[in-house]
Amino acid sequence: MSNTQSDLPNVFTQDELGWAPWLEPLAESDLTDRHWTGLVDASRSKSPYFMLLAHDPEVLEARTRADKDIFYNPNGGLPRAERELSATATSRHNGCIFCASVHSRFASTHSKRRDDVQRLLDEGIGADLGERWNAVTAAAVALTDTPVDFGPDEIARLRAAGLDDFEITDVISASAFFNWANRLMLSLGEPVPAKAA
Amino acid sequence: MSHDLIDQVLSITPGSHLDQLRRHREVARENIQKAYDALFAPRDTNEVSLVERLAIASFVTGLHGQIVLADHYAHLLSTSEGGVAVAALINEEIERGTTEGPYGTYPAGPLASENKQGPLYAVAPANRTHLGLRLRVALEHAHLLVFRPRDASREALHGLINAGWSTAGVVTISQLVAYLAFQTRIVEGLSTLAATDVTAPRLPKVAPASAIA
Repeated sequence: MSNTQSDLPNVFTQDELGWAPWLEPLAESDLTDRHWTGLVDASRSKSPYFMLLAHDPEVLEARTRADKDIFYNPNGGLPRAERELSATATSRHNGCIFCASVHSRFASTHSKRRDDVQRLLDEGIGADLGERWNAVTAAAVALTDTPVDFGPDEIARLRAAGLDDFEITDVISASAFFNWANRLMLSLGEPVPAKAA
Repeated sequence: MSHDLIDQVLSITPGSHLDQLRRHREVARENIQKAYDALFAPRDTNEVSLVERLAIASFVTGLHGQIVLADHYAHLLSTSEGGVAVAALINEEIERGTTEGPYGTYPAGPLASENKQGPLYAVAPANRTHLGLRLRVALEHAHLLVFRPRDASREALHGLINAGWSTAGVVTISQLVAYLAFQTRIVEGLSTLAATDVTAPRLPKVAPASAIA
């Protein structure tokens, strides 16, 4: 590793970051059919993150397919921007600078509310983003606390903000999923400047 | 109908409101179960044994205070070969390790003002020999990931390697703890949703096929 401590990202940002593993990912020449199946998309063999997770390909495959359905399924439910907001708030609360960078960019792209998303990154989970987004953020944060602090108040606030139960389920799934993703990203490697990725 | 653990612990019946909500993301629903199967009925247990998986799962769900899941894993652990003695120790360690998260420190810089201190967990000295080095270090790593994931470090990861875990084993342990952080939250979130008044449109109630008592 050529990065020194002072090069490493130390603030939440929507800029593109890289991520470097602390353990050895598989090499493409190591991959069997079982690993390719686990990667789901062959292009993920270019990613050190997915190539590290490919050490356990069955879990990786299930994780990836759940991820895609929770975030990309266009069939109703929560607008994509707010699924990404939920992921961003979760990552902000857990302290995952890398995950927050990726998903805040998605939230901005899909909502066209880049400044509001940036306030969540800069000011933290108490930022005032308007009641609907505040309700989504508060729910994601409460679900991210350990033990979980999510209760009827969070549901009532989401409903008051206009979310139906399909949308609320997407808030729960997106936040819960980032409690999975954050722990992998935070524990298996670290964010690095984009050029070093 | 194939077995689904989340349906089981939430007592979700086919056609119920929660069932409709879950089946709206059918692929996610199926793969959440497939990840569970991959972790607890794994293709091979060379890197992480089943007792080790269940001990970590019992510990992690216990730390989350998710009673139904914690009971599920504690039961599997205590009925697995060689698991009874470990189960008793895990219960002690859950009590010892219970706290509130997330806390931890940020890299030096502006975020340092958000640093939040909390307890550092280590397995009770009296339990170290019985649990063995591998499992002891894995439990301490699990506690780190549950409560203060932003304190995870290269050194912590190498502590696992030094205790005898392979790289593949570390990946599986990391997925295990991270998955359980997810699973506990899905269960908590959906059970809370189920317990509140329903305002979303629901399918009309269908009369039973046979009304004969």
